[in-house]
Amino acid sequence: MATLLDGRLWLITLTALLVLVGVNAALQPNFLEPSVLQSNLTTFLPLVLVAIGQTYVVLAGDIDLSVGAVVALVNVTTVSVIAALGGDSQSVLAGLAAGIGVGIACGLVNGFFVAVLRFQPIVTTFATSIVFAGLALRILPDAGLPVPEAYWRGYAGGLFGVPTVVLVLAAALVTIAVVGRRPFFTRLRAVGGQRTAAFQTGLSVGRLRIAAYVLSAVFAALASLCLTGETASGDPLMGQTLALSSISAVVLGGTALAGGVGGPFGSLLGALVLGMIGNVIFFAGLPFEYQTLVQGLIVLAALAGGVLVARR
Amino acid sequence: MDRLIQILKDPLLIAALAILVLLGAGELLSPGFARGDQIVRLLTVAAILGIVAAGQNLVVLGGREGIDLSVGAVISLGAVIAGNVMSGNDAAILPAVAAAAGAGFLVGIVNGLGVTVVRIPPLVMTLGMMGVLQGALVVLSRGVPSGNAAPALMAFVNQPFVLGIPGILFVWAAIAVLMAFVLRRTAFGWSIYAIGSNERAAVLTGLAAGRIRTILYGLSGLFAGVTGVCVIGYTGNSFISVGDQYVLPSVIAVVIGGTSLAGGSGSYTGTILGAIALVLLQSVLTTLQMEFWSRQVIFGATLLVLMLLYGRQARLRV
Repeated sequence: MATLLDGRLWLITLTALLVLVGVNAALQPNFLEPSVLQSNLTTFLPLVLVAIGQTYVVLAGDIDLSVGAVVALVNVTTVSVIAALGGDSQSVLAGLAAGIGVGIACGLVNGFFVAVLRFQPIVTTFATSIVFAGLALRILPDAGLPVPEAYWRGYAGGLFGVPTVVLVLAAALVTIAVVGRRPFFTRLRAVGGQRTAAFQTGLSVGRLRIAAYVLSAVFAALASLCLTGETASGDPLMGQTLALSSISAVVLGGTALAGGVGGPFGSLLGALVLGMIGNVIFFAGLPFEYQTLVQGLIVLAALAGGVLVARR
Repeated sequence: MDRLIQILKDPLLIAALAILVLLGAGELLSPGFARGDQIVRLLTVAAILGIVAAGQNLVVLGGREGIDLSVGAVISLGAVIAGNVMSGNDAAILPAVAAAAGAGFLVGIVNGLGVTVVRIPPLVMTLGMMGVLQGALVVLSRGVPSGNAAPALMAFVNQPFVLGIPGILFVWAAIAVLMAFVLRRTAFGWSIYAIGSNERAAVLTGLAAGRIRTILYGLSGLFAGVTGVCVIGYTGNSFISVGDQYVLPSVIAVVIGGTSLAGGSGSYTGTILGAIALVLLQSVLTTLQMEFWSRQVIFGATLLVLMLLYGRQARLRV
């Protein structure tokens, strides 16, 4: 058991997820119908993506509290660019590209302050999140500005019979696998595990940390584009809770906040577990006012349990 | 020269200078900004942040990545509890304070046990606690604003008490003296620095690091609970997310005040200056009559500049 779990703490998260799926299927008879699964995945996908990105930063021993603000900034950029260019399919593509570009820029800013100027990550990414959120309000002061039908129809629909959300999830899995096989991933974990040793073996610690922040912001940007597909409009306050939830998801997935141990696949499962906990509680028929409390207790217990198992 | 640089890098001096510069800027932008009653007004707002930051400061000083993200929810809890205990009745102020502080202390102790006994990383433990408390607040208040402040409490926080100064500032001053005394003049205070800077050495000299750290989290909860009472005294009523806005500013006030997030070094005097500087900065930006977004951007950018002055981490060396 111990050797099986060695470095595979996500197996526990996976077990928890399967149990939750079972419970949910029992409570909600139509849970396993494709349309219900698709709508659930649509709800969970943004957190899944943000949590995957957050993992790279946490693995390097840092933290990114700005992901929520990045989501907002990317959303307002994308909808504004699309609106400014007239709303045809080419302008949608330009909007998506602009959104990703803004994400990359945000990641570079975070990485610059944390890795180059050596600022403390928690305080720095909180400060940059204030700046990003301010810029989002500059671009779009009030919620509104609907996206063209092609955008949200495309997101709610699919390609060759496969729903778009499933394709996005698959693309995220492929990205995880590809990044996980690169020397970059091993180096990143070295930076988080033993930063001084990593530096002494000649790794460019600064560049790796910046790359992690850029990855985090790009995944946040993707999450934002998905959320935009779901809400079909701009909202400068979008995604505010995502930063802290993504950290919970990362920890639930077996990644140590101290850095160096874990991986994004666990975080993906952790995000799904968080979403499923909410689902199960909703369908368990608890009185409405107790739902948040029970959810908070279960999440806290899960976090504590995860830490206990990891310590073993 | 080296000595001069050393002095100029003192966080207390930087924070004090920032305060003076901000006061000067405020006065230039809007004459009367630095007038006595305006300053008292600012200090009242700073006191609320300063009291919650006192607990945050203790937790951070205690080391091992100490941080308390649950203070916002505890403030809300304290405000809701105090509001319901008082419900506008002057005679019930002291029980209200006791109830809020006691509830906060209990929450903090649970945080502390989670961090020390179960060894959950503080960020995760207090984040999880925040979720639990937010749920508890929904149950407690059924989602609607409930409870209201007693008139005497509102007067104590908002109106001149002695010498034109509101009572809350005397409370803050008393907390400041108490914090300085405990941190510098008692064995408990020194043991906080000891476990924060080198836990192994501290444990080997016989300090019960776990117990001390648990108490620190308890105190952080207690201060947050008291802050909740101040918040409801300041605004008159409470809602279940009233404390959220204080979470990260309380950490920032501690950092700007020169306490290292790694633990083991810093002082509450610095945190006081940090809290005042933060509140002043927001106030100056409000005076500028800019749009909300540009105030936010400047606020964030100023925080980054302040970090440049002294929040930097050690360079990696071979």
